[in-house]
Amino acid sequence: MTYSDGGGGTPGQSLMFAATKLNTRNHRLQWLFRALFGLMTLILIVPVGIILGVLVVRGGPAISLEFLFSFPTDAMTAGGIFPALVGTMWLVAVSLIASVPVGVAAAIYLSEYAVDNWLTRVINLAIINLAGVPSIVHALFGVGAFVIFAGFGTSILAASLTLAVMTLPVVIVATRESLQAVPMAFREACWNMGATRWQTIRIVVLPNAISGILTGVILAVSRTAGETAPIMFTGVAFFFPFLPHSVFDQTMAMAMHLFVISTAVPGASDELKYGTALTLITLVLLMNAVSIGFRSYLRGKKKW
Amino acid sequence: MVATDVKLAVRDLNISYGGQRALSGVSLDVHEHEILGIIGPAGSGKTSFLRTLNRMEIHQKDMTVEGSIVFDGRDISRVKNVYALRRRIGVVFPLPVGLPMSIYDNVALAPRLSGIKKKGALDEIVERCLTRAVLWDEVKERLDGLGSLLSGGQQQRLTIARALSQEPKLLLLDEFSIAIDPVTTMRIEDVLKELKQELTIILVTNLVQQARRLADRTAFFLDGELIEVGETEAFFTGEVKDQRTLDYLEGRFG
Repeated sequence: MTYSDGGGGTPGQSLMFAATKLNTRNHRLQWLFRALFGLMTLILIVPVGIILGVLVVRGGPAISLEFLFSFPTDAMTAGGIFPALVGTMWLVAVSLIASVPVGVAAAIYLSEYAVDNWLTRVINLAIINLAGVPSIVHALFGVGAFVIFAGFGTSILAASLTLAVMTLPVVIVATRESLQAVPMAFREACWNMGATRWQTIRIVVLPNAISGILTGVILAVSRTAGETAPIMFTGVAFFFPFLPHSVFDQTMAMAMHLFVISTAVPGASDELKYGTALTLITLVLLMNAVSIGFRSYLRGKKKW
Repeated sequence: MVATDVKLAVRDLNISYGGQRALSGVSLDVHEHEILGIIGPAGSGKTSFLRTLNRMEIHQKDMTVEGSIVFDGRDISRVKNVYALRRRIGVVFPLPVGLPMSIYDNVALAPRLSGIKKKGALDEIVERCLTRAVLWDEVKERLDGLGSLLSGGQQQRLTIARALSQEPKLLLLDEFSIAIDPVTTMRIEDVLKELKQELTIILVTNLVQQARRLADRTAFFLDGELIEVGETEAFFTGEVKDQRTLDYLEGRFG
């Protein structure tokens, strides 16, 4: 295939734009790669679409105000998911309260203060390794560190802290990347005016990194709400027919509840399972939507 | 001891980046209320010299500085409060940096850092500095617009206004007119001549004619060495000690 400029000039003029063999080859290659990358993007969307579609079709009918706001009944084969919903919110909130300040502070230190030496290299290596630790190992660490050693017992606090340790690398890495994306020239301009490092961080670095930091928080929320292994030994009960009153109570949680009714409760209807899964994914998407909305609001305000 | 009219005394200054020498053995005095021009081809160490005056090497791990720099009678390498030192030295670097905050906040930043909080006082500083930087008329209607979204030339003048807002005793200008049109450049140059009454200016420039117009004395840097420093008029009428200076001024290299 050749392509021409399509203009109606004289033969002499259009010759100037006539495609050479190399042009044609480049044109084809460009088309091929574009199609290939587009296809990959579509493949990415397919599983998301299927999961959401199946959940909405099969779980949708189960969703009602009663389902969301009542307790499970009949040995968890019927009724609602209210305690699990409330429990997941507790876990996400407490774990964010623990992981975001620590993670952001650590990232600020690593990006703005630390010099490149063996210690910071070891710390960076540790963060990467922490991100790679399987969640069941985090669970066992949580039992040892928070349930037994710290004496929190199986409680929301122990489970949330276990989740916080697990999501810490996500928060640190996302925050550090976004801090480093703030141009060095901004910092130098500030230092030149006699600002201290902290003033520089507060005035120019953090305000321009906040949207990246929120991305880390969004990822942390999704993982926190969805993980099962780290909470099953540390604070989340199979069935706990009360709402938690404090962080020292046990609780139910959505992910664990879904796991339990899918594997250990023989009589639970499919509708109940899909309904639970749909509620969990909606909860995560809603929390993400809030952060994403806030992030685009901030992005709209700050530009360079 | 340094004489009273010497604002800045540099002795045997060496600067290197990770073992790579950028400036060797520079000794130089800058007098109070003068404009010292620094000319020289790219890579001759001019910008490194300016960075060192503001102690920026403490933010750059591989940069080492030896020798002594005495500013207002004090060795700056012994100054513990570098923030106070930097507030007395205003800097304008060649790449304009409008901070991503409002135009007003850009100029009010330094006064706020030094503790000025009153709205009236800040308003007055902002207007005065923007006027001196020949930017006031263009931005007075939109002081709450983002400084980082101004055009390149406007950002450069914003940077000048910001440097002036510190009320510096020493003003370091590094290629300040690189993105500014000739007419505005001339107006800023006139402001600089007036400012000389209040402060001391070091002007790094690639435009030798700008040095001729503004500088009382001119220094020529080449390959990290100070070749010579002398009265600007003498320089430009060919009274130079070194053939290389003459070659550079007459455009035979660089």
